Amino acid sequence: MKPPPLRLLRPASPTEACALLAEAGDAGRALAGGQSLVPLLNLRLAAPEVLVDLNPLTELATLACGTGALRVGAMVRQRTLERDPLVRRRLPALPAALAHVGHLATRNRGTIGGSLAHADPAAELPLVAVALGATVELLGPKGPREVPAAELATGFLSTCLEPGELLVACTFPLLGPTEGAGFAEAAPRAGDFALAAACCRLGLDPEGRVAAATVAVGALGPTVQVVPEAAQVLLGSPPGPARFAEAGALVGASDRLDPPASLHASPPYRRHLARLVVEEALAEAARAAQAARNGSPSREDRREEEHGA
Amino acid sequence: MTTLPPVSVPEERLDEGPPGRWLGRPTPRLDDEPLLRGSAWFVDDLAPWPGLAEVAIVRAPLAHARLLGVETAAARQMPGVLGVLTGSDLERFLRPLPSVLSEAIPYRPIALDRVRYVGEPVAVVVATDRYRAEDAAEAVELDLDPLPAVPSAHAALDPTLPPLHEGLPNNVASDRTLRYGDPDAAFAQAELVVRARFQQPRSICTPLECFGVLCRTDPVSGDVEAWSNFQGPFSLQVVAAQALGIPPAKLHLRTPEHSGGSFGTKAAVYPLVVLLAACSRALGGRPLKYLEDRREHLMAATAAGERLSEVQAAFSAEGRLLALRLDLVDDVGAYVRAPEPATLYRMHPCLTGAYQVAHLEARCRVVLTNRCPTGLNRGYGGPQLYLALERTMAIAARRLGLDPAELARRNLVPPAAMPYTTASGGRYDSGDYPAVLALALERFDWAGKRARARAARAEGRLVGVGLACVVEPSVSNMGYVDLASPPEVRARRPAKSGNVEGVSLAMLPDGTVQLRTTTTPQGQAHATVLALVVAEALGVDPRQVQVRAGADTAVGPWSISSGNYSSRFAAVAAGAAWQAASALADQLRRLAAQDLGCHPEQVLLADGHARLVDDPERDVPLRRLAGRAHWDPASLPPGVRPGLSLTHHLAIPDLPAPDAQDRANGSATYGFLCDLCEVEVDRGTGRLEILDYLSVHDAGRILHPVLAEGQVHGGLAQGIGMACFEQLAFDPDGQPLSTTFLDYLCPTAPEVPEARTVFVESPSPLTPLGAKGLGEGTTMSAPAALANAVADALEVEEVPFPLTPEALWRVVHGAEG
Repeated sequence: MKPPPLRLLRPASPTEACALLAEAGDAGRALAGGQSLVPLLNLRLAAPEVLVDLNPLTELATLACGTGALRVGAMVRQRTLERDPLVRRRLPALPAALAHVGHLATRNRGTIGGSLAHADPAAELPLVAVALGATVELLGPKGPREVPAAELATGFLSTCLEPGELLVACTFPLLGPTEGAGFAEAAPRAGDFALAAACCRLGLDPEGRVAAATVAVGALGPTVQVVPEAAQVLLGSPPGPARFAEAGALVGASDRLDPPASLHASPPYRRHLARLVVEEALAEAARAAQAARNGSPSREDRREEEHGA
Repeated sequence: MTTLPPVSVPEERLDEGPPGRWLGRPTPRLDDEPLLRGSAWFVDDLAPWPGLAEVAIVRAPLAHARLLGVETAAARQMPGVLGVLTGSDLERFLRPLPSVLSEAIPYRPIALDRVRYVGEPVAVVVATDRYRAEDAAEAVELDLDPLPAVPSAHAALDPTLPPLHEGLPNNVASDRTLRYGDPDAAFAQAELVVRARFQQPRSICTPLECFGVLCRTDPVSGDVEAWSNFQGPFSLQVVAAQALGIPPAKLHLRTPEHSGGSFGTKAAVYPLVVLLAACSRALGGRPLKYLEDRREHLMAATAAGERLSEVQAAFSAEGRLLALRLDLVDDVGAYVRAPEPATLYRMHPCLTGAYQVAHLEARCRVVLTNRCPTGLNRGYGGPQLYLALERTMAIAARRLGLDPAELARRNLVPPAAMPYTTASGGRYDSGDYPAVLALALERFDWAGKRARARAARAEGRLVGVGLACVVEPSVSNMGYVDLASPPEVRARRPAKSGNVEGVSLAMLPDGTVQLRTTTTPQGQAHATVLALVVAEALGVDPRQVQVRAGADTAVGPWSISSGNYSSRFAAVAAGAAWQAASALADQLRRLAAQDLGCHPEQVLLADGHARLVDDPERDVPLRRLAGRAHWDPASLPPGVRPGLSLTHHLAIPDLPAPDAQDRANGSATYGFLCDLCEVEVDRGTGRLEILDYLSVHDAGRILHPVLAEGQVHGGLAQGIGMACFEQLAFDPDGQPLSTTFLDYLCPTAPEVPEARTVFVESPSPLTPLGAKGLGEGTTMSAPAALANAVADALEVEEVPFPLTPEALWRVVHGAEG
């Protein structure tokens, strides 16, 4: 479990990082927190000749919350985002999902950008980014560009990043005053990759009926899947268990899913779990939306108060 | 060796168990400072010789194939490479490792012309560092001609599949049926016969630190110096020496003072000592270092084998268990690596569990599969036996309309029968099993929880309670594995029996006590307990006792059975230390009597002083006595040895070799435990939640209550792992699928509930301190207790194993149509 020979390069700026990556082409990889890449190197499942270390680039580790959006630099550590008081208040589904990412030790090191760019379909961050309509900022030899999070992953562990392109930030729109989001996952043990995960967003109209809905699931195909027909059945009615079950059933049976067979879960079981996590995430999203609409503190806020945070 | 007087432990301590000055009290651990400060040395920290080169092992990628060639030319040219060695390069330095079972199954630490499991070593790359060694290992090319694989125990029983070894007719390496009493007659008169089948997958205990070996061979004499995190038994040192064709005295084996866990697995490191010694010899004596990585460990180190069990249990109408018929099939992998097939026979004296049963038949088959050889793993045969036996008891209770606790109560060995000889020859030395059960039931509120579980089920929840009663053997009789051979074969070989432990003890001129043992601790705080034992006997502070627990075969004190396995520490290592310290105390009393002008029996040792019993004001410091023994030997009274130093070996009595009727007392002492648990299965996900877990142990005298409790919690964690998560999976071609911690799931802190523990102390009459082993009991009981609780929750007789969420979900789903 030693990596094959490689050159570790330390760029002084994101632009230089892009140049180094462009020069290395297919033989280069960006090193962020290393929590996925380094095990792959040690198992010799990945053998890049050049590693471009992003850790010195502090300008990529900034966190900014504007009026309508939260911009997270690619090198912000998962644990930093999880603990940020403002994020916990304004976008509680994000820390709720982050609590499922690996373990404390890996979250201390693992980054937001690393997880998004690795594009593991069972990872939590790509799912949340898609469900919340986030946008990723890419920087490359041809300059910067923005891509919706839903278009970042093009397949299992594959993204639309061009050679020399670097993911530098992810911007999450904040939820509106009558919106709520929820996250749920089923995993063999605490900290494992999900067997099925769901992140859902609900918006309520003045009468408390569902006016907008997003249902997205992870770990059930080569990339995160959005299931619009499941969202569709929620529209126009007050949120409630019967509708959530209907949406869950639609997801479980959806052709959009292609759950992989693995040691710990067969495809039919994963489809069954998909129903359950969608129901759970919808229930949480509805609670959050109703709480936001009533102006009462969200569950995350209450938890923070309990912990004296 | 000097004969020591019998050690007398005060009666009230044995019978009532009040703590001593030190023993039995929750004193702080003394072992931990170097561990916590990071100054402890482990095998990877060692650099005992200059010029150490590092090794990577090229391993077989197929489970079964003819090895037609190994192309090493490209690898030899790689930077930093010092040598690439194949089986044929090493053959002249190696003999097959001796096996207890059959010479028709030659086992070498490196393949010659056929590979038989994925991960089997086929070449060794030696380089200036491990990175370069791994680079070159990738350049070694193998010419393999695939053969059909035998990937499971079921497949091993298939006579149409080719044998793994040319000398064998099929893949059943041993097939013995052992009968005790008259099982046929007992089954003929039974009112109820329960028949149940069980299958347990392979698993492994996954210590934090994997295998490590450092080795140097003298090119002229062939003498070998080795360091390894080996855990014993040191009988395997002899096996390793034989494989190298040298006398055991020429294999100087040392273990570091600290080891990062083992749970049995590191008994299996010895073939790598042999391999590295041969490589070093082939390279003119170059010192070599090999550190196994996690992938290698999960793929090719060792494992608890797959077990197929069929139980038939005959009951009277009143629920008396009349007889048992067991059909046990144990997969040992591609070779029978010593001490295998011990997994199959370790529990042989306990095949009837905690119950009084006179009639027993056991068919025991050892089968070969294209998988890594098996070996010691915590519980070692116990979890396998008790899952089958205790599930069968629960099924019987259900069919008899009895509370499982009541069925157990009717069959437990009663205290009046102690010491109790089991049908197969085990000698249960002490204990009141029904009283332990009654206490456990009361503490757990078994009746209340059972009723509430039933009520919860009526409301649609899947709540259940489970019970397991387990006899935990400890301190293995070195002869039990010979049961794998029929009596007429055993009669031709030298007999093996007993279990020896040695200790060296000395008091230095300044009064400091030094103790050397060969218990190869892996975190169990042996130094703490040994210091307390010595402190208790000598009346000194435990911090004045220096314990050296790393083994060194050139120094001793070791014997064939030395090491850290079969939960033997408390019984024999602490026991030997107690006897040695008591003998040293006797010397000190004689010395003091001379100073105090009294009889030695009037001297009391306490607080670092020797005092006159009747006049405690009159005393002499022990360090002054120690100084005299070293500085002024001319003044010593008769019977006091100069230097206050002794080496003592202990052998527990009554551990003979198996007899001609195949009866064997496989272990020195036997504890008892009763586990009760309450679980709920999530109807949606199938996930198992452990709501409550209670483990009540009678492990004889408890030397240190906190350490004892830690053993129970650790044993439970590994029992939960076996029951709910862990599984070394293979594809139909014998490819291992669980080669990283992504796929091999061990329980982590959130998956292990806070268990309640209770200790009852009925001291062993056979061990010096009355202590019995307790390191493995909960690993043996937890899978059975949890499976019983799940069966109760789901109201089914057949439960899947392991109890994974999907498997349970399928049971629930099926039951609901």
